[in-house]
Amino acid sequence: MGPCGVRSVARQLLFIVPGFVFLGFAVVFYAGIGHDASRVPSALIGKPAPSFELPALVGDRPGLATADLRTKPVLVNIFASWCVPCRTEHPLLMRLAEQGVVLYGINFKDRPEEARAWLANFGDPYQRIGADRAGASTIDWGVYGVPETFLVDGTGMIRFKNVGPLTIGVINGTILPLLREHSK
Amino acid sequence: MRRAVAILLAAVWIGLSAPAWTMLPSERLTDPKLEARARAIGGELRCLVCQNQSIDDSNSDLAHDLRVLVRTRLAAGDSDAQTIAYLVARYGKFVLLRPPFEPATYALWLSPALILVLGASGIALRLHRRKAPAPARSVPLSAVEEARLQRLLEERAR
Repeated sequence: MGPCGVRSVARQLLFIVPGFVFLGFAVVFYAGIGHDASRVPSALIGKPAPSFELPALVGDRPGLATADLRTKPVLVNIFASWCVPCRTEHPLLMRLAEQGVVLYGINFKDRPEEARAWLANFGDPYQRIGADRAGASTIDWGVYGVPETFLVDGTGMIRFKNVGPLTIGVINGTILPLLREHSK
Repeated sequence: MRRAVAILLAAVWIGLSAPAWTMLPSERLTDPKLEARARAIGGELRCLVCQNQSIDDSNSDLAHDLRVLVRTRLAAGDSDAQTIAYLVARYGKFVLLRPPFEPATYALWLSPALILVLGASGIALRLHRRKAPAPARSVPLSAVEEARLQRLLEERAR
């Protein structure tokens, strides 16, 4: 039987402390489940949209430039005819356009004829489309894949970026509330 | 044996030249000093598509675009720091392969050293305790216990 006092308290701590450390890690890791670390957060949230000017893609609609982003809140959608996930979000974009959301498109590294054919085939929700054939402007937006969607408010500030195709959850949970908030 | 050595040499040769394959000759700058700076910067930047590779190592279109961008900025007269800041302004800190040392990343940078210190001190404490064992009891036996001990020894001897 060992002496009571300091030494057995130390021994109890030796068992309890790692238990708490484990609990701490468990909480942190549990909170991280479902969080996709490969989706890089935008460095431009809360900053003004970059300065750019893109020529028009289709004859009946104007191209896109920074000045067009300062009148009302809009969604800027980066898309391409060769991009497969763009097709999955396209019906949602069509529905947003029907609901009155203003959509501007940036056609990324695409051939104009193919982009026009793709829009004719799947529908065209955009009020303006800028053609970025080289991809230089989209680097200013911090784009690293297609599709991506930016929410720009009425003063030209970027408020939200969605990497990958839009989902109903993101639209209802984040985009529509933000649009309502910035329309006031 | 000779064949094995030959295969090994061939593998080493190919392996050493692999990183050069992903950079296109058309991207290289003519000024060797600028190109050297571009390579050094490229090694520090993450390709956001293949996120564990640098832009120098990655095959993706984005890596190509970023390599061209780095060289364009350097040729336009930007310093190394300005070029890197240009990219961080657009893509955020995650574009740097080496996380910067700042309050948000203190835990990341310091925890290995911290765990090492804790583990080393734990081991040191254990060793110290074993080397200096508890002192032996110096309380002598009482008279009754002494007599009992004698009786037991005599019983065993018989």
